[in-house]
Amino acid sequence: MCGIAGFFALSPRPLAPRGVLERMVEAVRHRGPDDGGVYLDDRAGLGHRRLSIVDLSGGRQPLSTADEKLWVTFNGEIFNYVELTKELTARGRVFRTRCDTETILHAYAEYGPDGVQSLNGDFAYALWDRSRKRLVMARDRMGVRPLYYTVHQGVLVFASELKSLFLYPGLRAELDPLGLDQCFTFWSPLAPRTAFKGIYELPPGHQLIAEHGVVKVQPYWRLTFPERGEHGIADEAQAGEQVEALLADATRIRMRADVPVGAYLSGGFDSSVTTALAKQHNEALRTFSLEFESPELDESAYQRTLVDALSTDHSSLRCKGGDISASFEQVIRHTERPVLRSAPAALYLLSRQVRDHGFKVVLTGEGADEVFGGYDIFKEAMVRRFWARQPDSKWRPLLLRRLYPYLGGLQSQPTKYLEAFFRQGLGASDDPLFSHLPRFALTRRISQFYSGDLRRTINGYDPLEDLRSTLPPQFASWHPLSRAQYLETGCLLPGYILSSQGDRVAMAHGVEGRFPFLDHRVVELGAALAPAMKLKGLREKYVLRQRLGRHLPSSIVERPKQPYRAPDSESFLHAGAPQYVEELLSPAAIARAGYFEPRAVRRLVQKCRSPLGPVSAGDNMAFVGILSTQLLHSCFVQALI
Amino acid sequence: MKHDISLAVRRFIGENFLFRDDGDAITHDASLLDAGIIDSTGVLELVCFLETTFGIEVHDDEMLPENLDSIRAISNYVGRKLEPRKIELVA
Repeated sequence: MCGIAGFFALSPRPLAPRGVLERMVEAVRHRGPDDGGVYLDDRAGLGHRRLSIVDLSGGRQPLSTADEKLWVTFNGEIFNYVELTKELTARGRVFRTRCDTETILHAYAEYGPDGVQSLNGDFAYALWDRSRKRLVMARDRMGVRPLYYTVHQGVLVFASELKSLFLYPGLRAELDPLGLDQCFTFWSPLAPRTAFKGIYELPPGHQLIAEHGVVKVQPYWRLTFPERGEHGIADEAQAGEQVEALLADATRIRMRADVPVGAYLSGGFDSSVTTALAKQHNEALRTFSLEFESPELDESAYQRTLVDALSTDHSSLRCKGGDISASFEQVIRHTERPVLRSAPAALYLLSRQVRDHGFKVVLTGEGADEVFGGYDIFKEAMVRRFWARQPDSKWRPLLLRRLYPYLGGLQSQPTKYLEAFFRQGLGASDDPLFSHLPRFALTRRISQFYSGDLRRTINGYDPLEDLRSTLPPQFASWHPLSRAQYLETGCLLPGYILSSQGDRVAMAHGVEGRFPFLDHRVVELGAALAPAMKLKGLREKYVLRQRLGRHLPSSIVERPKQPYRAPDSESFLHAGAPQYVEELLSPAAIARAGYFEPRAVRRLVQKCRSPLGPVSAGDNMAFVGILSTQLLHSCFVQALI
Repeated sequence: MKHDISLAVRRFIGENFLFRDDGDAITHDASLLDAGIIDSTGVLELVCFLETTFGIEVHDDEMLPENLDSIRAISNYVGRKLEPRKIELVA
């Protein structure tokens, strides 16, 4: 796990000097505090910061083949490197290290760019093929590790984080209005778009090949589902066995490291499963968790149950609103995009604690909800679709009461209003985005704060239509649950969960998250399962719960889903909140940045400061979204204070 | 009287849901839900406002779109709730 940066002249021309490359890679030192190196020739520069996890003494990068014809700078882990090394050795390749990085070089030497197919891991790399004058970049299938790029005056410039790119001569940071509009609809820009103009993200499961002056970006893997009614495994018990066997193997290969591996333990089912499976490989497993003051957010009672049941060596961090506001500025420097929740800040603090305890690697339960149908949005779509068949039914909408039990504000609404809220888009059951329309509509309420300038620049752009246009042709033939899973796995997972709430806040302190549920073999098996094995009635993650629940206390298996959340606007409006909050949200600073309407923001701040009851989800999202945009502008575009 | 109620409600909705100084953009009969003005928990804020501003008690079975989903419906509803009190005062 590391940080990378570099550039490649698409056609022969003078390259930026070595000092530029060194500064670019220095900007991501937090991702790899243990070592660093650069390689520079007349066409390409590759830079690397290393977090030493595998082959501590032999894994220096950039790494080359013995003949120095291939060079690679690599961020991530190839978890199947042991098997792959054997396979490639059998084919005559000679390895010089015991490091996973070398498998990338030999897989490429053996299979060309298709070698990426043989990698099971979380990775982002740039490989320089000197003989062919070809640069190949690739990113893992699910989008765990980041990789950004742009083309500037005939030079392809790339890096793990945007802050490195902005150190390249002539590149400047400017927020992209359409990227912002996507953030305020989907919670993040949709790759390849980013929050910054002219800067692109290599989408998950894609490869970029630059040669002969041309840059081609193409997928090497896509999430796909069987056609409706053609799901393969019919027997629940058999499906459960396969899920457990694959998950156990995915966990086993993610325990590979020459440093100790810990685990996050949230108190929910998913991280409990990964912890229980990891415990089989490490008797003295170390676990880490967050606690909150608010009973609505705190899961410490469940965490204690698990620690007792699984006998782990546990540490927890109690996170207060003041801790969140004190760290939020740094958090946005790392997320490099607006966020709509404060939750990344709490995870930023947790990764710091993990690092302080001497750990560089943690397993987490992310991905289980996307792969095995755990989120309430899937149930919501199912109920709304069922209701849409009989829109005048009196009892069908009553099922809505079973959704989102953890949202007090939503639950205390009168039934008629709950119905009215979820009735939005009910007539649009043919819309490919049907499952997500209420969420998108709620998030898009932030657009009412847009300044006149931002509105004019966006000029009628429709992010929903943009998303529809990217869906695969076979999408319509999939079961509605598969469609909803595809949207969730393609939007929120890489753009927010694995990025703002994942890689960026963990790597801020040099901590690598590993995700057994996101092993592509597990993802492919999950997609192949019949929808009823995932969402049975309104019981989420059914097969997973039935099979893996055997390893856990029943109180954990039976508890309803509670997504991880942290206190939002209240974290920034308490007495003694940091000065930047008031300054960045002042009408003058809002006007200077130019994205939002100052008077509307002032009213929002007043409302969140003195709410009539609990602050609504929409207002909280708007508050955090606006504050984080202001911070982003201040950190990267122009100092506002 | 109804005019005053309507003005106060319009101002509240403008400031709290549209974040503008007034609610002129909303027509008298526009559905606040359909227009996306009231969000998932907005009705609770609205009820809180009506209770504190007009001194009425909104019963659970009165929290219906028929009473609360447009400026006209809200004004009529609050007017009806205040009517008996006015009669009491007169008597």
